[in-house]
Amino acid sequence: MSDALLLGIVVFVLATFLGAELIGRVPPTLHTPLMSAANAVSGITVVGAIIIAGAGYGWISNVIGFLAIVFAMMNVVGGYAVTDRMLEMFRRDEPARGAAGTPGKEAGR
Amino acid sequence: MSPSLQALGYLAAAVLFILGLKRLNSPATARAGNRLSSIGMLLAIAITLVDRAVISYTVIAAGLVVGGALGLWMARSVKMTSMPQMVALLNGFGGAASLLVGGAELLRSHRLGQTMAVDAGVTVQLAVLIGAVTLTGSLVAFAKLQELMSGRPITFGGQKLVSGLIFLGIVGLAVYQVITPVPLLWTFYTVVGLSMVLGVMLVIPIGGADMPVVISLLNSYSGIAASMTGFVIGNTGLIISGALVGSSGIILSQIMCKAMNRSLANVLFGAFGATSGAAGGARSAEGLTVRTISVEDAAMQLAYARLVIVVPGYGLAVAQAQQQVRELAELIEKRGGDVRYAIHPVAGRMPGHMNVLLAEANVPYDKLYDMDDINPEFERADVALVIGANDVVNPAARTDPSSPIYGMPILNADHAKSVIVMKRGMSAGFAGIENDLFYYPQTSMLFGDAKQSLSGLISEVKQV
Repeated sequence: MSDALLLGIVVFVLATFLGAELIGRVPPTLHTPLMSAANAVSGITVVGAIIIAGAGYGWISNVIGFLAIVFAMMNVVGGYAVTDRMLEMFRRDEPARGAAGTPGKEAGR
Repeated sequence: MSPSLQALGYLAAAVLFILGLKRLNSPATARAGNRLSSIGMLLAIAITLVDRAVISYTVIAAGLVVGGALGLWMARSVKMTSMPQMVALLNGFGGAASLLVGGAELLRSHRLGQTMAVDAGVTVQLAVLIGAVTLTGSLVAFAKLQELMSGRPITFGGQKLVSGLIFLGIVGLAVYQVITPVPLLWTFYTVVGLSMVLGVMLVIPIGGADMPVVISLLNSYSGIAASMTGFVIGNTGLIISGALVGSSGIILSQIMCKAMNRSLANVLFGAFGATSGAAGGARSAEGLTVRTISVEDAAMQLAYARLVIVVPGYGLAVAQAQQQVRELAELIEKRGGDVRYAIHPVAGRMPGHMNVLLAEANVPYDKLYDMDDINPEFERADVALVIGANDVVNPAARTDPSSPIYGMPILNADHAKSVIVMKRGMSAGFAGIENDLFYYPQTSMLFGDAKQSLSGLISEVKQV
């Protein structure tokens, strides 16, 4: 087993536990945005796709790389944009005050 | 840019993803967290673009523009009720991207006649296998959710055996591929093909009611596949990001399974709702009658209630009546009543779906209560208003060991002083089970389209 693989496995296992720790703290009310945000993050494959599409390996690699970038970017842009769209809708119960000013400035009143 | 600097850049991107996820622990900070995460992604892409290996930008630019535009279009146009389908599709695309990246590495080695090291070979096979299963499995899940195909489980004799054999075939070929110095084309294409068939085989026997678990699990797979491509191209940032998504999906699937009192194995292989569904609960329908209530009487109860707990189910979203619920709730609140929403984990078609649908209708999130928080409150509630929900308030889950949903945690709507159930008709729920709650003495049924009934209630409450 190469050192790189060993290091990779260590990182993978630690990151999995870190992920479990973080996700366990996300309240159920945000589980749908969490999933679409996770979609966006898994679009990180775009990194590998860019290398394949841009390294000039030949036309087959170009086609595969192009498709991989398209799929990954749909995840990245689609995931972040739709998550933002959902999170924008989550509001606390203060419609009357919300109209009067931004919530952060309440202390000054 | 030097490789070590680049590696630090990817690490920074991964840290931004982690901070972004951390801020998802509250609706107040979630949006900023999502932005932070997207900055991390921008950083990762920027670092890759200046990589020494990248010599031509035409194809890259085309891919970024086309994929970005399609993603933006999807995100802007999708209806909130269709979020499960969108997430299913995105899971599939993530799988496809990993499949393509892994496959491209293998094809390159084949073309150059290069020997592939054993560990690189293994991770390529894993990226291809998991990517392909995620792709086709997600497409089937999408088709079921979009009702392009029946939500009923599709089963046939020896199904598990066939899936098992396909899996063994994939493993055998993958091992052969790995121990062969220069990658072979026929084994690669066969592994891809068989993995795609396996993805279909794994999802068709799962019923529509279990789709929340399936898309959570596929979400996880898409992350693991991304992580495997990280191993393939030797990028730690990818490994971390993929692992984060992988654990997220696993945890959500567990939460969903727990909410249905079923093991993951039972969800995946149990073909729930195929045949056994009606057997357990059919007995109660005979000889019992339900009490119906007029809109006027229901409005009277609601208008004078001090605490109303709304139990929304997917039927509410189907009727597009979330706005009406909020209007009714505001009227009751103006009269001094307290209105809360009890959200069962499987109320929608994916984890947290109902919360998004209500948020879209401007229901404040601090009025949405999780099952464990709201259940003790039902005893104080004057009215439990059940709208388009069925299985999640079925007391048989508590009392009837022969019921298929026995043991599933439910919302204690039956503990309220009065229960008003809004429903189209007496059809069974998603799981195909009769509901005893409808025959309880404190329960009254308000039949009809939820949107029309709610509009009726709104105008009646205004007049009280």
